[in-house]
Amino acid sequence: MASASIPARITMPAEARRGEIIEIRVLVRHAMDRAIDAPGLTPVPRKIIHTLRVTYDGAEILHMDLSPGIAANPYVAFTTVATATGEVVFEWLEDGGAVYERRQMLTVT
Amino acid sequence: MRRLVVLGLALAAAAIPAMAGEVRAPASLLSPDLRALQDDPSRHPGWLWVDGGEALWREAPRSGRPSCQGCHGPIDGMRGVAARYPAVASDGRLLNLETRIERCRTDNQQAPAFGYESEALLSLTAAIALRSRGLPVAVETEGAAAPHLAAGKRFYETRQGQLNLSCGQCHDENVGRRLRGDVISSGVGTGFPAYRLEWNTLGSLHRRLRACSLGVRATQLPYGAYDYVALELYLAARARGLPVESPGIRR
Amino acid sequence: MTRPDRRSGLTRRAALATSAAALFPATTTAKAQTAPRETLALVERTVLAGRTPLAAGVTLDMPTLSENGNSVDLTIRIDSPMSGEDHVTAIHVLAEKNPFPRVATFRIGPRAGRAEVGTRIRLAETQTIVVLAETSRGTVHRGAREVIVILGACVDGG
Repeated sequence: MASASIPARITMPAEARRGEIIEIRVLVRHAMDRAIDAPGLTPVPRKIIHTLRVTYDGAEILHMDLSPGIAANPYVAFTTVATATGEVVFEWLEDGGAVYERRQMLTVT
Repeated sequence: MRRLVVLGLALAAAAIPAMAGEVRAPASLLSPDLRALQDDPSRHPGWLWVDGGEALWREAPRSGRPSCQGCHGPIDGMRGVAARYPAVASDGRLLNLETRIERCRTDNQQAPAFGYESEALLSLTAAIALRSRGLPVAVETEGAAAPHLAAGKRFYETRQGQLNLSCGQCHDENVGRRLRGDVISSGVGTGFPAYRLEWNTLGSLHRRLRACSLGVRATQLPYGAYDYVALELYLAARARGLPVESPGIRR
Repeated sequence: MTRPDRRSGLTRRAALATSAAALFPATTTAKAQTAPRETLALVERTVLAGRTPLAAGVTLDMPTLSENGNSVDLTIRIDSPMSGEDHVTAIHVLAEKNPFPRVATFRIGPRAGRAEVGTRIRLAETQTIVVLAETSRGTVHRGAREVIVILGACVDGG
């Protein structure tokens, strides 16, 4: 499964204490084109990010189903317990099969 | 009933007409939620373009000429630059930030122009303009700039379009009032390029001006048109002293 | 006196109406997209799957009034210990009058620490937002909030 890059902004601490609950904010560049098919307008097919999947140290910590009802350039905020030093991996799945990925390290002391 | 009360209060709060001559910072006309968003890089979509612009700043063109950084140093060195635009170039031409970047691109980097309103140009403009955020608008209006200021002022005061409205009729006489679900601003443009909710993307001031032209049913001028750049200079003169808000959040 | 042949008349009229509808399908207005396939009620019923929701434990943080439906902030908090035995497993966000009432579903677990998620949604018009939170204990919590929208999203042509 090829992973491409996508403009994204991830806000999370670089370090946390074991057991601390941290907040993770994700902003990703995507028009979230909802289908347009109305008289007098150029038809536009739906093309959205339909899934955001986040894993931490290999375990899934968030699975979000998105719809055309999510605002363009999707913003998502959620929390996770700092357990061990590891990589937080963000995967965005797009209509049509493309997968975009970003990774960020979390150091747990 | 409660719905009507909330709606009434919200509309009343927005309809605070400015006193004649008072030019209001656009942030003052945003709702508290949107103002908070404008100041939050973790949530503000415009920062996605800023990130892109900062990367582009370091990217050397295929021509073999240096990257922006190669000549100008780190992008933080651009502090205060956007606040001085539009400005007159040494050959007498009035340039705004976008056309200034393009000129550098073609003349100094010997690379093809990005294209007005392209993702690349929007990103670079946003990243450079960010370095003036919070600084007072400080355009030069004397000397070589004087005739351009006069041209911009003339454009601002001329009635245009099928609706036969001049800029001032909304942006001086009706600031704070609601129009088509939005609140009329002083039209200063200090938050551009801006992430406009209506566009669901970041756009330039010229894109906004073209929407204004459409709004009064006047001909939309092309991006980069002299009349719009001269108008930009006049708007910046009106905004003198107000803080740069780029990249802004707008409805 | 012969009875008027109403039954066949109606049948003929009904038959004509049906064929007319087939030839001239109802046009959608520029404002509305295609008619919603799922209603909020149907989606709720599907998610609940026979369970009766508890009208407590859900905090829906949203503006009462949104000036522009293209981007409306939303933060959801569910009262939950988020322990192994008792935690939220899914948070469903539904919009009563959007073309697609299913806006988002967040699937989380004890690793979240807190049942708190945030996002930005599009609202077509003034409507009710419903949140259904499923737990590992088999319960469902429900919260709802009405949002006034001045300029809706999903209006095309601009």
